[in-house]
Amino acid sequence: MGAVNDLSLLVPPGEICVLVGPSGCGKTTTLKMINRLIEPSSGEILIDGQPISRIPPTKLRRRIGYVIQHIGLFPHRTIADNIATVPRLLNWPEDRVRRRVDELLHVIGLDPAVVRGRYPAELSGGERQRVGVARAMAAEPPVMLMDEPFGAVDPIARARLQNEFLRLHQELRTTVVFVTHDIDEAIKMGDRVAVMQSGGLLAQYAPPEELLTRPANDFVARFVGADRGLKRLALTTVGEIELGQAPIVVEGQPLGPEGAGAPTMPAYHLLLDDGRRPIGWLNSRRMAATGKTSRDQADESSPFVQRDTNLHDALSMLLGLAVQTAIVVDDQGRYSGVITLEDIARALRSAIESAPVPTPVP
Amino acid sequence: MTPGEPLIRWEWIAAHLGDVGHRILEHLVLTGLAVSIGFVLSLALGVWAAHRPGVYAPITWVAGVLYTIPSLALFALLIPFTGLSVLTSEIGLVSYTLLILVRNIVAGIRSVPADVRESALGMGYTPAQVLWKVELPLAMGVIVAGLRVATVTTVGLTTVTALIGQGGLGYFIIDGIQRFFSTPLILGAVLSVLLAIALDWLLVQVERLATPWARTRQ
Repeated sequence: MGAVNDLSLLVPPGEICVLVGPSGCGKTTTLKMINRLIEPSSGEILIDGQPISRIPPTKLRRRIGYVIQHIGLFPHRTIADNIATVPRLLNWPEDRVRRRVDELLHVIGLDPAVVRGRYPAELSGGERQRVGVARAMAAEPPVMLMDEPFGAVDPIARARLQNEFLRLHQELRTTVVFVTHDIDEAIKMGDRVAVMQSGGLLAQYAPPEELLTRPANDFVARFVGADRGLKRLALTTVGEIELGQAPIVVEGQPLGPEGAGAPTMPAYHLLLDDGRRPIGWLNSRRMAATGKTSRDQADESSPFVQRDTNLHDALSMLLGLAVQTAIVVDDQGRYSGVITLEDIARALRSAIESAPVPTPVP
Repeated sequence: MTPGEPLIRWEWIAAHLGDVGHRILEHLVLTGLAVSIGFVLSLALGVWAAHRPGVYAPITWVAGVLYTIPSLALFALLIPFTGLSVLTSEIGLVSYTLLILVRNIVAGIRSVPADVRESALGMGYTPAQVLWKVELPLAMGVIVAGLRVATVTTVGLTTVTALIGQGGLGYFIIDGIQRFFSTPLILGAVLSVLLAIALDWLLVQVERLATPWARTRQ
């Protein structure tokens, strides 16, 4: 009996396939077999129909992006040199390498002029994680392997990195095999999720929606947890539900005549700066009394979310900060609406109602 | 020491300046040769042994035994075979560098984090590239630390080889002992200490230049 037995699965091109399961279930072993860091004792792995056992390991690996949990950036190389690793192994001309490095640094939101010459030790954990992903994508590999790539950062940074990667993947459509032990991450990241149990046995291989509504057996049902309905929130993004609108007021400008003193005046107005970026909530009555709309009066406790934030993350933020409302902003940080606990609860109800009752397994 | 004799006769030193320069050079050559040969040998052994515990144990055992043989005895044992030659002194001096250098090279290579090695392999470095481009550069700090100890030790030991007709600055020390004349004795001792300090400083500078990333560590 090996670490992985009888595993057979097809990853459609351009999709993210997540291998998830308890520790020791063979998911990392499976991943390492794809770039031949571990050789299978039997069986075959094909990429684009080609058996990888016939491709020399170093040649194969230069075509496959690889990100591991502790990233393994080279501490003795600058950020630019780290990202340039595989392009240089492939003998790209130096000016093409340089252009690619700067392009990738832009993509991951780091300023090339600042970061290029830095060493990994000079970056934060989240930045290093991003550089690790950039390094893996440098030579535009058609396939990427990611082993708990966001495992070593705090939950808030993780959610941001996950969203960033999903956005990136939308554009690049690389085929990704992604390993995690976290079912929430699997549901969020995967186009398809392979739930593995010990011995590398495949318990279920399905899109996350199906995993949550129709777990194939008891193991999967237990692994996805009793809060399956709650987990389905991760499948809906903020942009997919109808956003509410708050009464707004722009900093430095007086409150409109229709607002002040009216019996139906809302309790709070959302204060925006002159670039329409939200600042915080102003108490309408006090604002009407003083006639001032300045930011030092604003209550800044509401979290900001984006349209591609999923409802599960939005809910976590609201509960974590013990507030009712999150402010939705666009890419430039401009106000585009609000979402409340109630909105999320409504989405949750409809998710549960639409889900068929799973057949109990004897 | 002869009563009434001053500790140092500066005029004697002034009269022998040419000889002093010659002996310093000789000392440097003997030391440099020993450390270089020892380093090349240790690098080969260290690289071979770093990921092979079954190889590492016997190598350090042999190097350890060599290290414990008193230098005087080792030279005496070698004379019947290699005579009063540079070869005799170098065999001795090189053997004493091995233990320190092999240990540090292996420790340095083993100190490279597993995830760094794994990502290097996973991105398509050949095993040789992993060694030269990742493991050895990262091991540099520990390796240079070993080189410093080996160099300082060798500078001291080289004075002993004066007994078999080599010896650089050791020549002055033996001269002083034989003639009960403190000036050359102190001169030889002080100069070899200064030489050791200078070489150690030089290696620190080399390490600083070769490991720019280590300076940025917060």
